Amino acid sequence: MKFAVIVFPGSNCDEDMYHAASEVLGEEADMVWFEEADLKKYDGVLLPGGFSYGDYLRSGAIASVSGVIEQVKEAIKDGKPVLGVCNGFQVLLEMGELPGAMLRNKNLTFMCHEEELIVKNNGTMFTAFYDEKETISLPIAHGEGNYYCDNQTLEELKRNNQIAFTYKNNPNGSTADIAGITNKEGNVLGMMPHPERAVEKLLGNDDGLRIFESILKHWRETHAVGN
Amino acid sequence: MPLVTEITPEKIEMDQLYKEMGVTDGEFHHIKKLLGRNPNYTELGIFSVMWSEHCSYKHSKTLLKQFPTEGKHVLQGPGEGAGVVDIGDEQAVVFKIESHNHPSAVEPYQGAATGVGGILRDVFSMGAKPIAILNSLRFGSLQNSRVKYLFKEVVHGISGYGNCVGVPTVGGEVQFDDAYNGNPLVNAMCVGLINHKDVQQGIAKGVGNTVMYAGAKTGRDGIHGATFASEELSEDSESKRPSVQVGDPFMEKLLIEACLDVIHHDALVGIQDMGAAGLTSSASEMASKAGTGLKMNLDLIPQRETGMTPYEMMLSESQERMLLVVEKGREKEIASVFERYGLEAVAVGEVTDDQQFVLEHKGEIVADVPVDGLAEDAPVYQPDSRTPAYFEEFQNQTYTPEIRNPRNVLRSLLQQPTIASKEWVYDQYDSMVQTNTVVRPGSDAAVLRIKGTDKAVAMTTDGNSRYIYLDPQTGGKIAVAEAARNIVCSGGEPLAITDGLNFGSPENPEVYWQMEGAVKGMSAACTSLETPVISGNVSLYNEAFGGHAIYPTPVVGMVGLVQETAHITTSDVKQEGDLLYVIGEASPEFGGSELQGMLEGKHFGQAPALDLETEERRQKELLSAIRNGLVSSAHDIAEGGLAVALAESLFKEELGCEVEIEGDEVTELFAETQSRFLVSVKPEKAEEFEAQIPEASFLGKATNNERFHIIRNGASVIDEPIQMLKADWKGAIPCLVKSEG
Repeated sequence: MKFAVIVFPGSNCDEDMYHAASEVLGEEADMVWFEEADLKKYDGVLLPGGFSYGDYLRSGAIASVSGVIEQVKEAIKDGKPVLGVCNGFQVLLEMGELPGAMLRNKNLTFMCHEEELIVKNNGTMFTAFYDEKETISLPIAHGEGNYYCDNQTLEELKRNNQIAFTYKNNPNGSTADIAGITNKEGNVLGMMPHPERAVEKLLGNDDGLRIFESILKHWRETHAVGN
Repeated sequence: MPLVTEITPEKIEMDQLYKEMGVTDGEFHHIKKLLGRNPNYTELGIFSVMWSEHCSYKHSKTLLKQFPTEGKHVLQGPGEGAGVVDIGDEQAVVFKIESHNHPSAVEPYQGAATGVGGILRDVFSMGAKPIAILNSLRFGSLQNSRVKYLFKEVVHGISGYGNCVGVPTVGGEVQFDDAYNGNPLVNAMCVGLINHKDVQQGIAKGVGNTVMYAGAKTGRDGIHGATFASEELSEDSESKRPSVQVGDPFMEKLLIEACLDVIHHDALVGIQDMGAAGLTSSASEMASKAGTGLKMNLDLIPQRETGMTPYEMMLSESQERMLLVVEKGREKEIASVFERYGLEAVAVGEVTDDQQFVLEHKGEIVADVPVDGLAEDAPVYQPDSRTPAYFEEFQNQTYTPEIRNPRNVLRSLLQQPTIASKEWVYDQYDSMVQTNTVVRPGSDAAVLRIKGTDKAVAMTTDGNSRYIYLDPQTGGKIAVAEAARNIVCSGGEPLAITDGLNFGSPENPEVYWQMEGAVKGMSAACTSLETPVISGNVSLYNEAFGGHAIYPTPVVGMVGLVQETAHITTSDVKQEGDLLYVIGEASPEFGGSELQGMLEGKHFGQAPALDLETEERRQKELLSAIRNGLVSSAHDIAEGGLAVALAESLFKEELGCEVEIEGDEVTELFAETQSRFLVSVKPEKAEEFEAQIPEASFLGKATNNERFHIIRNGASVIDEPIQMLKADWKGAIPCLVKSEG
């Protein structure tokens, strides 16, 4: 499987995402500079976390209108897996590919530590290796991770089983404890916690690796048919 | 706007305008002699910043020479942007600490943020990828509302900048004492990783080569920042707000990427960041190091504002700027590297052979001064030194605290802001980006693995200024020894240090005496522990309104090498049944202790003694036991003594303990005797551990009953639920920050 890790000016978890996909998962991955991307060659797109363009405007706002975005939309339309972590999630919201918006954390400060999450939906291509309702732990690192959506959207998210992860102890004020959601089609996952920071036991936690393994499993299964 | 360039050289001398720039009568005459004429306004400005304490170290140079700077691992000692230390496999770490005290005192967010930005540039201008940021912070009492504001904003500033550039803030220390009420200390340290072959130098070699300017445009911010940092804070300091620079971490991030690309370009000759004294220092230092001259056309300098004068451009400390020397004719190749990141890199001058620093503006020569006059020939002072009366008095005092209830004392100690959990601080820092952080903030030292190897590096900042105030020489030794203890407890071998020397005015003989003592003590410890000084920073004139000097505060930033990731050790006791040992006996030493401060509201008496031979022996023995896999956790015994160290070690897993002490209760529990460690060992390793460290004395066991239980002569001295102690320790700082007032 071949992943593209999109690099925007000021991206800073791009190398971590690359490391997770390439060194730890062991699949092919390229860091793709936003102006030079040709996403047709890739099987999956990873939108990294951290910051983009300094996030002096709303987080992810400028990246969401940069040149590469049309290609990301194409990839989504083609049904390729697209994972947006932290800033990548914010970009997906700003693009309108996922519903809702991000507010500043309720305590108004940046926070960085591990949080317990509950797997709400293990039926997605990103979560197949988790048990339903399993509690896992992943690092968070954000200042604007307070997910907001209106009641109608929330009902829709629930109805369509789009809520992938919730926080066990909501750290940032997110609506309905939401930590990660998918699109209706299930091939786009946006999440604030950082799975790519939790892929090696040496760093204390590898709960995040199963997201990458799930993506790979899905790809193998869907591509085995043609072989 | 006043046309400052029109002030004539004669008027400068007649009205003694040089004094406003911090230049003394003697220095002014020295400048006249060097030039053979009166300096014009721009030239005087250039001299004034280059000869400021911040840039010239004129009051500290003779002391700094005493530091041992050489060692088997040192690849680059003091003199470049940062020092370089070998870690094997053709790899090295690059690190340095720098202060941003004065700016942070008047504009804490930007002061702290640009402190981070500046130290990052020192490291990546060496060609190294920044892998970690640490800090060392001192504030006054958190009861004081301004201190509270400074504390919050400094932390926000560090977090705002560090998180955005994507370099993890992995460690540091924060201490609180009334001595810092008007003058906080903000020291930031950066550690970078580099391959030996990529080490760069800030050097302007090759006559005819082109000088290029890259990064942010020059504005009017930070003008005279270096001079501002070289005088006491006063009522007027608020008006120096414009001397504080404004940071742009997004620009910095782009600059990091571009510079790490450009160092691989063979057209690059030298590179240096524009830090204190901006264009002036970077350009003149690069030429001075190469023995060349340098000519710049100021019309070509990218400017953020119109109508900037040569004086303003040369003294601006606008952030996120770099100066490069590149092979003539290959400017476009270099510029294209920066263009990819949307950055400007333009030719602004050339390297000359006349050893003059020449500036042209609108067709006129506006400055023409000898390069060495700015750097090499800067004045050096030998300030007077006088032993303060307090020292003699303290040396003759013995202090024994009287306490009735050790349980209450422990609870109060755990709530002292200096001891209490700093989670409120480090939770705001991204400590994990780059996915190398094995040991996160909160342990003795931070540990980062080096990808592609089985090695790791441990790093810490330390310095207990109370001991240094009581006895600078002993306190100086302790600062280095404590840093080394933290590295060793983490499984690392101490390699080298960077020193951040923060003192009051060197022109006060009693302050200079403190500086002398501290440097002597630090040097002795560095020699003994084989951790040479590879870089550093001096911040003087840390005196708040009314001439109250801070406690003498040399901060030690230390980096160590962990040979194998399996050696990485934390301070947390791991599980029930693990055996607890203490290495080193306690003596009734309470001078400068946390307990003394808490009970008496001040610090006096003798600092705890330190024997460097004992220190070195215990560190080596402990490191060897860790490497042999015998140690489950290790924690140095510092502020608050054994009781605090023990409680801290049990908090993470919320374990209890059953520990028996002998001898004087207060001494055993709370004395701050040096060179001591608290270690936990698995029962099956006990025999081997005891054989390797005969000095280790058995204390008791970790239990699963969640009670912190200390026994003496068969009776309970302390018996408290660990969760309650943890709540005291964790809640103290958030509670103080939120409280009104």
